[in-house]
Amino acid sequence: MIPARFDYLRAGSLEEACQALAADEDAKVIAGGQSLLPLLRLRLSYPTTLVDIGRLPGLSGVEDRGDHVHIGAMTTHDEVMRSPVVNAACPLVAMATATVADPAVRHRGTFGGSLAHGDPAGDLPAVVLALDGVLVARSERGERDIPAAEFFVDYLESSLRPGEILAGVRIPKLGEGWGYHYEKFHRTAQAWAIVGVAAAVRRSNGAIQEARVGLTNMGSTPLRARAVEAALRGVEVGEQVRPACEAAAEGTSPPADLHAQPDYRRHLAKVLTYRAIGKAAGAP
Amino acid sequence: MTELDAGLVGEQIAESGQIAEPTGRGEIGRARRRKEDARLLTGHTRWTDNLQQPGMVQVMFLRSPMAHARITRVDVSAAKELPGVLAAFSGRDFADEQGSLPCAWPVSEDIVIPDHPPMAVSEVRYVGEAVACVVATDRYRAADALEAVEVDYEPLPAVMDMHDALTPGSPKVHESGNKAFSTTITSGDVEAAFRDAPVVIDRTYIQQRLIPSAMEPRAVLASTDGDTFTLWSSTQIPHVLRVMLAVTTGIPEHRLRVIAPDVGGGFGSKLQVTAEEVLCLLLTRRLGRPVKWSESRSEGNLTVHHGRDQIQHIRLAAEADGRIRGLRVELLADMGAYLMLVTPGVPMLGASMFNAIYKMDAYEFACTGVFTTKMPTDAYRGAGRPEATFAIERVMDELAAELGIDPLEARRRNWIRHDEFPYTTISGLTYDSGNYEAATERAMALFGYDKLRAEQADRRDRGDPVQLGIGVSTYTEMCGLAPSRLLGMANYGAGGWEHGSVRMLPTGKVEVITGTSPHGQGHVTSWSQIAADALGVPFDDITVLHGDTAVAHKGMDTYGSRSLVIGGVAVLQACEKVKDKARKLAAHLLECSPDDLEFEAGAFKVRGTGASKTIQELAFAAFTAHDLPEGVEARLDSDATFDPDNYSFPHGTHLCAVEVDTETGMVKIRSYVAVDDVGKVINPLIVEGQVHGGIAQGVAQALFEEAVYDADGNLLTATMADYLLPSAADLPTFTTDRTETPSTGNPLGVKGVGEAGTIASTPAVVNAVVDALRPRGVRDVQMPCTPERVWRAVQGTRGGVRS
Repeated sequence: MIPARFDYLRAGSLEEACQALAADEDAKVIAGGQSLLPLLRLRLSYPTTLVDIGRLPGLSGVEDRGDHVHIGAMTTHDEVMRSPVVNAACPLVAMATATVADPAVRHRGTFGGSLAHGDPAGDLPAVVLALDGVLVARSERGERDIPAAEFFVDYLESSLRPGEILAGVRIPKLGEGWGYHYEKFHRTAQAWAIVGVAAAVRRSNGAIQEARVGLTNMGSTPLRARAVEAALRGVEVGEQVRPACEAAAEGTSPPADLHAQPDYRRHLAKVLTYRAIGKAAGAP
Repeated sequence: MTELDAGLVGEQIAESGQIAEPTGRGEIGRARRRKEDARLLTGHTRWTDNLQQPGMVQVMFLRSPMAHARITRVDVSAAKELPGVLAAFSGRDFADEQGSLPCAWPVSEDIVIPDHPPMAVSEVRYVGEAVACVVATDRYRAADALEAVEVDYEPLPAVMDMHDALTPGSPKVHESGNKAFSTTITSGDVEAAFRDAPVVIDRTYIQQRLIPSAMEPRAVLASTDGDTFTLWSSTQIPHVLRVMLAVTTGIPEHRLRVIAPDVGGGFGSKLQVTAEEVLCLLLTRRLGRPVKWSESRSEGNLTVHHGRDQIQHIRLAAEADGRIRGLRVELLADMGAYLMLVTPGVPMLGASMFNAIYKMDAYEFACTGVFTTKMPTDAYRGAGRPEATFAIERVMDELAAELGIDPLEARRRNWIRHDEFPYTTISGLTYDSGNYEAATERAMALFGYDKLRAEQADRRDRGDPVQLGIGVSTYTEMCGLAPSRLLGMANYGAGGWEHGSVRMLPTGKVEVITGTSPHGQGHVTSWSQIAADALGVPFDDITVLHGDTAVAHKGMDTYGSRSLVIGGVAVLQACEKVKDKARKLAAHLLECSPDDLEFEAGAFKVRGTGASKTIQELAFAAFTAHDLPEGVEARLDSDATFDPDNYSFPHGTHLCAVEVDTETGMVKIRSYVAVDDVGKVINPLIVEGQVHGGIAQGVAQALFEEAVYDADGNLLTATMADYLLPSAADLPTFTTDRTETPSTGNPLGVKGVGEAGTIASTPAVVNAVVDALRPRGVRDVQMPCTPERVWRAVQGTRGGVRS
């Protein structure tokens, strides 16, 4: 498992990194390397140059910015899951991050890297999608905000343009009355999700006022389960939640692989959505 | 890592409070911390891949992407032109000298052992077979150069399914056809046993293909000084390898030294004579430079020999009260593309074990070995015995279900009672000792069997979506591979003895030399304990040398839970010979008759007087040789080669409780109890470790691992993202205990523990899964019991078998 030859550039500034990426469309950003290096070693990816943004200042860290939390792209998973700000203001992000791979990977892998990689089986894309996060891209031309709904284009493909680097993510605070849960279904602790469900639920007077549901590994991109979100609106927490969750797999096109066929994934999406909603809504 | 780190690790282990300090005077039975660990845990290791030699170069192999094809052209010329590349070769370049990889176990008269060139010359028969190689100054350049090698293939049909392979007109893997061998063993009147039997259980089970995953991938380093050759390899079998390589390559045995340095696990996968070992030797002979090969994990998944892969048709005839009348087993065993070192022997190691701990009147075993275009199979932890144990223990649960009795009751009505030992089974083996009642009683108490059954009934009544299942496995196995006489009768190509030597050094320290080749088992510690007790010297004054044919010149190596039972006993016997010599010397120096001496705590004492000589004093006296008795040579050093009369038969009862989520199919092990009887225990800590690891590996077969090929013969599970190994996070806390019925076949009373956990646990887990779902009409779930398979079984669709 030895990568093909590539050039390596440790960028001294964001401008330098953006220039290098703009100049060569086969150049690739390396952040924590936890997704990219396996692809290189399996020779499934042949970038000409790796642009290392690991030493760039200002790309790492979590900040409370009033109505939203800003997570720098280079913030490691371990930092994210331990951040008091994240745990207080957007706990769903912390919950999902804690399920990513294993401690070694979480100390190297980065929040922004996971999103820019765009793997629909990754845990964080569905979470950012469910929370209506905004991804901030930087290039020589300046900053561009990309809503999560427009960021994930296809399998391992984002709407970042050549020369753009994901610099950070804004996660809007949802305010009072919300509950959260990330339900990950996987065969071993270190395995990817067969299906994952990210749920945020606002409950009042015993009923679900609003639900946000993001699905992991149910298509070529992370998906919002809009049908189930609509079906859950106004539903009293109790027996009616399960029938509403039957809509969870609507509009999905789950993959077939060694771990699950599509029909099983559709079934799991319903069961897991029901469980995630129940836990997010604080149901007994 | 620094010395300070090693100290810290030691302190942390000590502070953890997990390990009881040794008590009492004897070393045997003490939970000694392993001598090896501080070094291993702090990185002071010598894995083959760490070794450097002056002028060393690296080889990488180009591997066939086709399961079956004729090689019409290999062009390495472009690769040779690349920077850092010294040489590149195709199979044709080695055709005259590479010989054929050996198969040491021609199990039947009709066996076909096809030519197995280390590098394919004209035809490839599995994906991953080496077709060319590049030698370069480093692995990076070699890897790049591999992409410049051009190979043309003319595709031939893949042969993937054993039933299809045996169908007339099937495409052939080899000219001779797809049948490697067939054999039948019959004992008693099987027809009569099945005729008018009130109960017949008829099942087919699939032992999925597994990929042994040792922590350390394989690596080989070969060098020559122009006259002699040295081969370092991550192998379990340096001694066997030396003989086999001499025969295969024509390098005379006395000019070939094989070294197994630190080896990080094997589980049978390094019980092999590999193509890479042969080719590295040929390359160093050709290039005159040291040549190293290190495999990647995905290269290993393709080309480490695989394990299991059998289709088992098992029929059991019983009386209405559940007493077994007879058993019929028909196996199809997937050999893969070639017969490697003991490939055909693996199913035969289970041939006598399907009858397990049960009494019966008739038994028939039939096995057909089948060639397919896949990686060859060979020994993997348990080798034949896990397969046999799985089939019989699954069927015993089915028998209980058919009769509506508790699965433990079905076993009680059939097992050999403790007062019936020694007992000669229907398959002809004589079990020397055992107590199945005691192990089972202990396991049930630890498990809380009745309480769990009550909870199971409650969940069934309530229609709980999470159902509870209880699985039983009352296993035995035969291990301690030896005795040579029986191996000869089984047509195995070697003996089963083991060698041990003891060198008494002038300062009173002791070197023990063993023919076993530890690769994680802790022999250095256990052999020290045996020698410390036998010689009366301190544990810390003993070192154990192994794994180098120039140091430990004689051995049969480590596999089949044989090391302690054969090799440990050889060490004990060598110690006894040292004492015999020392006694003569002591008598001379103390001016008494040898019969007047008693040996205690490392000293010979003249009965009734205060006069004594310690064994250390005697070692020094032998060294100076100033005053030796007539006819006594100037050394106490001694050798012993032990060959037992019988196998040993560990047994035990494993109980597993699983929670099956019927909505998702997820299986979670709720609790697991293992009560094993491995005879006398040298080091309880090491035994505990073997049991834990063994259970984990058996659970892995039940729930997680499966090598999957597609219809074209591509391995789909070449990475650990697809071939799922459980980690500690995926396994429950094991509750373990032991009963102790000493083996009568060796003076230590030991039975071997390396494979017991793996053999026992797989059926316990699957029985539990099926037990949870039986009220829903499920009577089998194919391994591994993945969530999807379990869910489909609940749904009544493919993946599960319903009555």
